[in-house]
Amino acid sequence: MAQTSGSHWIRPEPWGIHVAPADVWVDPGRAVPRALVTHGHADHARGGHGETIATPETLAIMELRYRTGSQDEAGEIPHKAVPVEYGETLSLGGGVDATFIPAGHVLGSAQILLEHAGERVIITGDYKRRADPTCAPFKVAPCDIFITEATFGLPVFTHPPIADEMAKLLSALEAHPDQCVLVGAYALGKAQRVIAELRAAGHSAPIYLHGALEKMCRLYEEHGVNLGELRLVSNHSKEEMQGSIVMAPPSALNDRWSRRLPNPITAMASGWMRVRQRARQRGVELPLVISDHADWNELTDTIAEVDPQETWITHGREEALLRWCELHQRRARALALVGREEEDE
Amino acid sequence: MKDFATLLDTLVYTTSRNRKLALIAEYLRETPDPDRGWALAALTGELDFPAVKSSTIRNFMKDRVDPVLWTLSRDFVGDTAETASLLWPGGEVDDDPPSVSQVVDQLSALNRNTAPKELPGLLDRLDANGRFALIKMATGGMRIGVSARLAKTAFAQAFDVSVEEVEEYWHALEAPYPDLFAWAADGADPPDVSNTPRFRPFMLAHPLEDTRVDLADFAAEWKWDGIRIQLVRVGGETRLYSRSGDDISATFPELLEVLPIDAVLDGELLVRGNVQGGEQGGAASFNALQQRLGRKTVSKKMLAEFPAFVRLYDALIVEGDDLREYRWTKRRTALEKLMGKLPPSHFDISEIVEARDFDHLAEIREGTRDDAIEGLMLKAKDSPYIAGRKVGYWYKWKRDPLLIDCVLMYAQRGSGKRSSFYSDYTFGCWDGDPDEGAELLPVGKAYSGFTDAELKKLDRLVRQTTLNRFGPVREVERTLVFEVAFDSVHTSKRHKSGLAMRFPRIHRIRWDKPVHEADRIETLRALIRD
Repeated sequence: MAQTSGSHWIRPEPWGIHVAPADVWVDPGRAVPRALVTHGHADHARGGHGETIATPETLAIMELRYRTGSQDEAGEIPHKAVPVEYGETLSLGGGVDATFIPAGHVLGSAQILLEHAGERVIITGDYKRRADPTCAPFKVAPCDIFITEATFGLPVFTHPPIADEMAKLLSALEAHPDQCVLVGAYALGKAQRVIAELRAAGHSAPIYLHGALEKMCRLYEEHGVNLGELRLVSNHSKEEMQGSIVMAPPSALNDRWSRRLPNPITAMASGWMRVRQRARQRGVELPLVISDHADWNELTDTIAEVDPQETWITHGREEALLRWCELHQRRARALALVGREEEDE
Repeated sequence: MKDFATLLDTLVYTTSRNRKLALIAEYLRETPDPDRGWALAALTGELDFPAVKSSTIRNFMKDRVDPVLWTLSRDFVGDTAETASLLWPGGEVDDDPPSVSQVVDQLSALNRNTAPKELPGLLDRLDANGRFALIKMATGGMRIGVSARLAKTAFAQAFDVSVEEVEEYWHALEAPYPDLFAWAADGADPPDVSNTPRFRPFMLAHPLEDTRVDLADFAAEWKWDGIRIQLVRVGGETRLYSRSGDDISATFPELLEVLPIDAVLDGELLVRGNVQGGEQGGAASFNALQQRLGRKTVSKKMLAEFPAFVRLYDALIVEGDDLREYRWTKRRTALEKLMGKLPPSHFDISEIVEARDFDHLAEIREGTRDDAIEGLMLKAKDSPYIAGRKVGYWYKWKRDPLLIDCVLMYAQRGSGKRSSFYSDYTFGCWDGDPDEGAELLPVGKAYSGFTDAELKKLDRLVRQTTLNRFGPVREVERTLVFEVAFDSVHTSKRHKSGLAMRFPRIHRIRWDKPVHEADRIETLRALIRD
């Protein structure tokens, strides 16, 4: 077994993972000269780096959110964006190669395979194993060290089939033709996936959007994801929205904003909805257990399938996944990264 | 069981009170006897299966799931029933799941030995919602945002009867309440409860806050720091009830033979003490009373050392006369007249506090130093005796709390509404000069007194400053000062500091205050009064 844990070329620091020979950071939580970014969620992709290496889709998302293509607001650091396609290998210098592999989390999300001195390390970023019409599916790749997320790393988290949740949503809609169903969903990824799944389930009526979702939906469409007819809530009357689905970011659910809607039934699409009290805390009436993360079985199955020498766990319920590794005689350690899970789920 | 499970599940996600009432009422109308009676008992917290405890569930789950994974899951979810129902291996569900009353029958038949063996078989016959409902029923404590009062109101609404009348019969009847349903649903005669020494819901007070009252219309009494009780004698049999209606007769046997007439009386249970309570009359502090609470049998030594008596506030019924609709002054006169018949060894009357006006009363309240006094009660002279909290009739005006600055040391996740948030805080005071290397010793624990927004901020602080984990408990860096409010402080073996506070709550979060400026143990110890 390779001796991996001691002094190593991959070093977890509180604000990100440092790849020492190439002096590059993975998903750093603060501005660095050179960063590899797994996907566009704010807890992984921060603005202000000197050079950002990511998939073209992730770079487009970061551009939309941080306008990284131009100079930053202070005008100090000229930004360089380095796009890398899935499957393409980039030499980072210092004898380190990086390859981007689909992670199935959101549009453009990637696992990053790092190779150095004959050793393979994969950093999953966030990932899921379920089919998602809005992004490329997760691909299993062999490695020596598997650095995994653990957002839903507790055995209570098993996500039901998304078709069940869509059926729940559509039957609530049908049962209350004078109201609307307001679905809280994260602006990047979840909202577009829910819309695409609704279309796949045969729901072709216009879907109304909170203004904060508009640009990201448009970006998805530009990348070939068809979302059907979308309308902005602000351009329509209460009467027009009766019997419709309205999508909004979670922060808008209990906001004054929702008063413009026709007696909304509050729904929320999130893996946390599996826990009743979590739904109650948010005042959710119709919980939809839909997650863009791997559930407990998928996390553990993936570790077994990848079968690495060693598993490192970055963020989430790392204690339980660590315990699972111990029970299955797998070498594992938890990394304490700060600032994760602030925007996303 | 399916309908009941669906009802519970829907109630969890319903925030509107009217909608909850409608859902429960609809269930009660459409479900046959005795299922609906058992369901009503479950919602009002009246079911009790001594063989099934939360620990029973925990133990057999730990045989099925790795104990560490179970503990981590339970800690995160914050609810044993929900954790177990989520972790239960899903399989083939019974086509014909058991009814609510079949479940009740099976649960009642269990004992401590058979429960761990037979419960799993019962759970196997149900789906995830059914399992959640079953464990909730079996272990009590629904935590679904439905109070007993709400369930009774829904019952009244379902059958168009008055909730006051329901309350009147409630405590004399037992689940599944056939007589109650026969009366309300089918128009039968009201249940005959005349010969049962039953509990009547207490009249309660609102906090006075900024209200000022005119003493021409209000009378003032001390608010005694004991436990509020109701003494009921019917047909020669006496019972003692706590504020929640629990029968605590067995804990205070000395009070069961001393009431010479049939009556329903409202008062404060106190124990005799000679240390304090001087001019207002020999009651010991709450700490002394605590020695007597929660005991099923009482030793002679206890009876001799901490003899209990009742300080009477009000008379509801005296020798068959129901006084509850009369004004307070009239009931007070009846109570004063009654005192002559009661043995002074076990009864006295809560004296009226005389004051010239409201400001004078405020002065008297400020001046009192008696530990058996919690503050003042203000009662409208024309107030009838009405169950619950009716605005404008009774006010409580508590003494200002004591305050001390403590440092956050440990945090634990909360339950129910606060599940998965770190909302239970243990805090400490310095055992000397913090600049000379003194240490913090835990002095108390609090889980209230902050807003939801503050809770989020505190939760984040706990996650970001964790030093150690001991199971569900996180030890945090000493960075935050809480101004803690509490009613009193006593010596205790519970904390290393040897001190325990009564009803501590977070008064203010001092984000600004350096921890070395927090208070010392000796400051807290100086506030002990017993």
